[in-house]
Amino acid sequence: MPWDVVAKILFMLLVVMAAILPVITWIERKQSAVMQDRIGANRADIGGLTVLGLFHPLADVAKLFAKEDFVPAGANRFMHLLAPVISIVPAIVTLAIVPFGGLYVFGDSHWNLVIADLDWGLLYVFAVGSLATYGAVIAGWASNNNWSLLGSLRASAQMISYEVTMGLSVVGIFMVFGTLKLTDMSFAQDTTFRLLGFIEHFGWVDELPAFLSWIQLPTWGIFLQPLGFIMFLTAIMAENKRPPFDAPEGESEIVSGYHLEYSGMRFGLFYTAEFLEIPVIGMIVTTLFLGGWSIPFVPQETLIAAIGGVFGEGLATGLCMIAHVSVFFVKVIVMIWLQMTIRWTLPRFRYDQVMDLCWKIILPLSLANVFVTGFAILVVRSVV
Amino acid sequence: MIPLEHVIGLSAILFGIGVVGALTRRNLIVILMSIELMLNAANVAFIGFARNWAQMDGQVFVMMVITVAAAEVAVGLGIVISLFRNRDSVNVEDVSLLKW
Amino acid sequence: MIETIAFYFLSAVAIVSALGMVLNVRNTVAGAMSLVVTMIALSGVFVLLQAHLIAALQIMIYAGAIVVLFLFVVMLLNLRTDEFAPSRQPIVKFLGAALAIYVGIQFLGQIELGLPAAVETADDFGNYRMLARTLFTDYVLPFEMASLLLLAAIVGAVILAKRRVS
Repeated sequence: MPWDVVAKILFMLLVVMAAILPVITWIERKQSAVMQDRIGANRADIGGLTVLGLFHPLADVAKLFAKEDFVPAGANRFMHLLAPVISIVPAIVTLAIVPFGGLYVFGDSHWNLVIADLDWGLLYVFAVGSLATYGAVIAGWASNNNWSLLGSLRASAQMISYEVTMGLSVVGIFMVFGTLKLTDMSFAQDTTFRLLGFIEHFGWVDELPAFLSWIQLPTWGIFLQPLGFIMFLTAIMAENKRPPFDAPEGESEIVSGYHLEYSGMRFGLFYTAEFLEIPVIGMIVTTLFLGGWSIPFVPQETLIAAIGGVFGEGLATGLCMIAHVSVFFVKVIVMIWLQMTIRWTLPRFRYDQVMDLCWKIILPLSLANVFVTGFAILVVRSVV
Repeated sequence: MIPLEHVIGLSAILFGIGVVGALTRRNLIVILMSIELMLNAANVAFIGFARNWAQMDGQVFVMMVITVAAAEVAVGLGIVISLFRNRDSVNVEDVSLLKW
Repeated sequence: MIETIAFYFLSAVAIVSALGMVLNVRNTVAGAMSLVVTMIALSGVFVLLQAHLIAALQIMIYAGAIVVLFLFVVMLLNLRTDEFAPSRQPIVKFLGAALAIYVGIQFLGQIELGLPAAVETADDFGNYRMLARTLFTDYVLPFEMASLLLLAAIVGAVILAKRRVS
């Protein structure tokens, strides 16, 4: 395996597993505390030092490892041990196709900042994501507990349903960018378009006044497919089974759902899988809808040309790369914040409401979105 | 380059296993799963032929097969559930009568 | 070379897990999980045979939806172990196995006749653009008919699963 691929894999795993993952468990506690007017996590200390409760993730891990690893009587032992692993693997392997930077040319060498640049990248996300269902289903079945079984029934129904809407709600994005390749999508979002340019194209006026022509937007998915963005975010958050879509866990009705019979680090793996999905969702949504690594209004060539005069070509490209990677992770952090806010703001849905939202609201809307997008593309192609 | 003979061999073996399952098992759900396995075996052969002659038609046929399989499972499992509701069993031997 | 090794490895995995599905009489959920392994291995075979879109669809639809539906029904009916003893008629069982082996031998006998050599393909053979071009030009009528089939299946499934209201 070439060394650059190994380096990219290590970078991605290091950033997500070692930096983002522990911090978001802390953010989850701290943000809920702020929103509910509490003090929040501040007790874990090392030698009297608490640092805003940042040691809590360490304490969590120590506690989970120290607890008894319990397998209930009558459980299918092999499946019971396998289920947490199945649920965490899809989240990790999805990282492989996320472009966290563009393509940079240093003399002869090309740096393409994505681990696997697949031609069918987005389908890979869906294919891998559809396997995540098995973790929940097998966990509930193998536990030999009726509450768990109910939880995994709910999980399988909910995840299959939302996979359908998740796929249909991004069809508009395929159509707009004309590709399934995530790197190409990121490049396509690295430009701007004039918001009122259609007035000129339709021939309603010959030329727009300068101040109207000046209004520009980046060609991000969120501006081209606003409805698609809302529906995709809803569907992919429902896939993650966190509140407000936590019907499979439903503490007040079915105790704790599919991971009821898990303890110690095996429960910790389910918990980690849910938390790992948060940055992964953030990355996918950022790549599809928020322009990926692109800096708004400053395309890559413009940036390199602007600072190339001061620093020279090679150093300018390097600085541009660092800027793009940082911008990408800033956007991911914004998406993590948004998910946390949604999780702590909305009350949870009842189970029938979750299914109604999927099949009766998002599915017809996403089909309508496909038709409207197709019509709009036809019109735009005919006048431009 | 994988020889076409071996691809078809894989397809034949999987199809044979599916036939055995569909003929010997008594659980309706397992019989449906065996039928899925046979459809998949056919898919392998289609993909192998498509690759061998550099024609896309085989892959298009596989898409049709997948569509049919999805439809078959939806209806088949609906039948299984209504059967279980009426007979409290998914054993094919319990439903051997044409009329009851 | 690596391709060939991967093909035989994936084939072996597919065959062993398919056997696990058919021969496992004690535990239907484990049988369904074996079927998932078969599907994933076959999807790897499809990638080796330059059918990338089909490989993704294989995992999305077969492993991600169809087998989950099987598991869903098995769990909904709460079928536990030991309810699935194979038939008590050994003659039927024996004849079934014999027929399968006979069919298999016939298949394997047919393919030794010498097939035409493979046509060289471009690297981008089998990508989604090519598949879509074929699907929406030469096969557009079957495509539309498939959508009708799916509609009929949805209606059928809803009617079957609906509790009779009277």
